[in-house]
Amino acid sequence: MEPLTSKKKVLIQKPLTFAERIYLPALTKGLSITISHFFKKEATIRYPEVQREMSINWRGMHSLKRDEDGRERCTACGLCALSCPAEAITMIAAERKPEEKELYREEKYASVYEINMLRCIFCGLCEEACPKEAIYLDGPIVPSDYLRKDFIYGKDKLVEQPLVKK
Amino acid sequence: MDITFVIEKFILVAIIFGISLVIAMYSTYAERKVAAFLQDRLGPDRAGPAGMFQPLADGLKMFMKEEIIPTHSNKWLFMVGPGLAMLTACIGTAVIPWGSAITVGGRVIPLQVTDINVGVLYIFGVVSLSVYGVMIGGWASNNKYSLLSAIRAASQNISYEVAMGLSIIALLLVTNTLSLKEIVEGQHGWHWNVLYQPLGFILFIVCAFAETNRAPFDLPECETELIGGYHTEYSSMKLGFYLFAEYINMFVSSAVMSTLYFGGYNYPGMDWVLLHVGPVIGPLIGTAVLFAKIFAFIFFFMWVRWTIPRFRYDQLMHLGWKVLMPLAIANVIITGIVIAIVEKF
Ligand code: SF4
Ligand code: SF4
Repeated sequence: MEPLTSKKKVLIQKPLTFAERIYLPALTKGLSITISHFFKKEATIRYPEVQREMSINWRGMHSLKRDEDGRERCTACGLCALSCPAEAITMIAAERKPEEKELYREEKYASVYEINMLRCIFCGLCEEACPKEAIYLDGPIVPSDYLRKDFIYGKDKLVEQPLVKK
Repeated sequence: MDITFVIEKFILVAIIFGISLVIAMYSTYAERKVAAFLQDRLGPDRAGPAGMFQPLADGLKMFMKEEIIPTHSNKWLFMVGPGLAMLTACIGTAVIPWGSAITVGGRVIPLQVTDINVGVLYIFGVVSLSVYGVMIGGWASNNKYSLLSAIRAASQNISYEVAMGLSIIALLLVTNTLSLKEIVEGQHGWHWNVLYQPLGFILFIVCAFAETNRAPFDLPECETELIGGYHTEYSSMKLGFYLFAEYINMFVSSAVMSTLYFGGYNYPGMDWVLLHVGPVIGPLIGTAVLFAKIFAFIFFFMWVRWTIPRFRYDQLMHLGWKVLMPLAIANVIITGIVIAIVEKF
């Protein structure tokens, strides 16, 4: 049969030389390499106590932002939920009452806003979709937990702490 | 035989047994630490300061695990296997001279459980027995992987025993005795046997790696081919016994190598030290030196394990029969000729 390429290369298996056959030179070489690592600084980071510095475009836990007056920015438009490829976001919208003007910026707000952290892939599309700049993935690593239900984060965990008025 | 003799021996046996168990326990810890350091990691460091209690935690874990005995196994042998492995691993320490005799209140206490005049043969016999634990465990499991592993272990041990025995014969030509005590005393100061038998020592250490089933000869435990090897079916402390026996074996073979080739408790300048610190502390320093040598060997075992990949089975057999055995025979012949010439002139 015609060779299909011109790159054909005949592989010749060279017989081992004497030095290779007695193993010992290769062995000492290997041993000296490993022992040199014995004295090197370890690369381990002792995680919970010490944390690696995150890059500036690191995407962590979500936070729902407030505006400069301390009102929640989210208007429950649902665009984040729509854009979410993992379908991790659910919300229930509610209408703002006149006395709640201090709490919510828009007339419509999310009374329930939940993100399932087990579904979320931290792609950041919700952040990009939001027209109100209400959601950012600027938090820490989502901590581990024992039960699935504990990974569904509600507004209590997601909404930013209110500004302290002076 | 008076009662003090019995008590003295009993205490010595208890101490040696305790020490070998503790060393085996901390070898598991040391193995993980050494592996970690060789790979630029930290190793276990959570249990206690620097992870010092890790072996205790491991032991506790082993005890708490559910024990499973497969229905189709031979139950009696299945239980005997790990015990046998432990037993054969431990009894090797009986003939090793741990130090020169201590003199307390006019009484001379030898730091050796028994000085039988065929100590080398005893060690050799015990080492050969150690394959039974593996064999019986692997066979009783009634599992093809375990059985294959047991067969591997048996053939590997038999092959390497030949070369090991021949390398010891060359050593015996030099020492003229089979008693470990006399072998050690013949290496007074720095007249260590390794200086007269360098090739014999290399052959012996290679065989020791094979006999203890340590990497690069850990084919009976080859995970890629045999799952867990002979202890695939074992769980709980029975598995613990097998793993533990391996470390005791390592300790014993390190002790044997230090004794046979590296002068045991002898070190350069020992006469001067013995003269100046008295008949109790002096021998104990010798014992400390012996233990330093043993630890160095144990470290070497681990160092090799984390450096060299496992041999293929045919390479193992090739090395054992076609390389080590001829070399060992040549070593015996050369040693014999040299001794004959030296005696003539
Ligand atoms: S980061 Fe991605 S996956 Fe997570 S909630 Fe936002 S859109 Fe969904
Ligand atoms: S977070 Fe933004 S995108 Fe999502 S519902 Fe609120 S306003 Fe709309």
